[in-house]
Amino acid sequence: MTALLRFDGVTLRRGGRLLFEDLDLALGPGEALRIVGPNGSGKSSLIRLAAGLLREERGQVDRAPFTLADDQAALDRELPLGRAIGFWGGSPGPAMEKLGISHLADVPVRLLSSGQLKRATLARAAASGTFLWLLDEPLNALDSDGVERLSNLVTEHRASGGAVLAASHQSLAGDWRGLELGE
Amino acid sequence: MIAALIARDVHRGSTGATWIPAAFFLLVVALIPFAVGPDAEVLQRVGPGVLWIAALTSALLPIERLIEPDRADGVLDQLAVRGMAEESMAFAKIIAHWLTFGPLLLIAAIPGSALLAMSGESLVRTEIALAVGSVGLASLAVAVAAVTSGFARSGSLASLLLLPLAIPLLIFGAAASAGGHPSALPLEAAVSLLLIAGAPFVAGAAIRAART
Repeated sequence: MTALLRFDGVTLRRGGRLLFEDLDLALGPGEALRIVGPNGSGKSSLIRLAAGLLREERGQVDRAPFTLADDQAALDRELPLGRAIGFWGGSPGPAMEKLGISHLADVPVRLLSSGQLKRATLARAAASGTFLWLLDEPLNALDSDGVERLSNLVTEHRASGGAVLAASHQSLAGDWRGLELGE
Repeated sequence: MIAALIARDVHRGSTGATWIPAAFFLLVVALIPFAVGPDAEVLQRVGPGVLWIAALTSALLPIERLIEPDRADGVLDQLAVRGMAEESMAFAKIIAHWLTFGPLLLIAAIPGSALLAMSGESLVRTEIALAVGSVGLASLAVAVAAVTSGFARSGSLASLLLLPLAIPLLIFGAAASAGGHPSALPLEAAVSLLLIAGAPFVAGAAIRAART
């Protein structure tokens, strides 16, 4: 089984502060890993490192094609939601349906609530069709219906061979491995 | 992906306040006769230089919206996630910025030249020099926007950075417009080329540095 994401002895330092050292992890198809830890322990940094947006100080990171959903929606505020998600390619229709935002396709992004925007961000990520999902605080601003829809989406994604790395304070439904930072 | 980004940026630019730099340009030009008096001879003599000063100052207006909104909203991150080099992003932004800035500036220079009583010949020379120079100016604007993105009050800082760097363009551009030395236009083109060749790398490095 080849891993979709692999950290080999990775050390990350930001602003002179050591966030983690000699971290090993491997994420194979169907697996899900939840990163936990106090504020400032490096959860988001780990996600951004996995996404290649930060550079490791030592060690090696190997990753399959992936998608990233974090606090930044990366959707044009003036465009209708459907077109804004459509810019990023893939087929956003089914993902928007599963997250319950299909009816918002014609609404300009700037009018969405933060929960709706979070769903849109997740839909953009899910629409990419990649196997590895990197989710930073995916439950922020989601209501109970949103949490349930995301759980179903993740379960479905894992069943079809996908892997998920998520940083989250709240637990997500299903069987997740845990990784605690900042001990 | 580069083409898609250019199309998106042009669309965003043209639905926003694209006309503001051109309107500002005309406004600055229109103030000159009030400031130096309506003497046609004086206006003709200072005309090309005035158009250049107006072009430089109007190039400052859009800087804040060139890079910062996309950085803050994660668009640059998402492009990187899709494997696009930061230099390519910057190059696409330069092209898109010029498309929404250059042509309007060239059009605004026509009524501008009339306000300064410039001759047709002088207008043609100025249009050529502005067309060549606006490419360099757009490159410089994107590079400066990238370097200052993420800073508080980045707009004023960007002005302080851009204007001194634009001096070579101004010297050769204004000389070419005024029909000075025949090598002024080739030298202006050389400065413009240097800026468009260098700006994507400066901006790309700045975008990467802003992440850490």
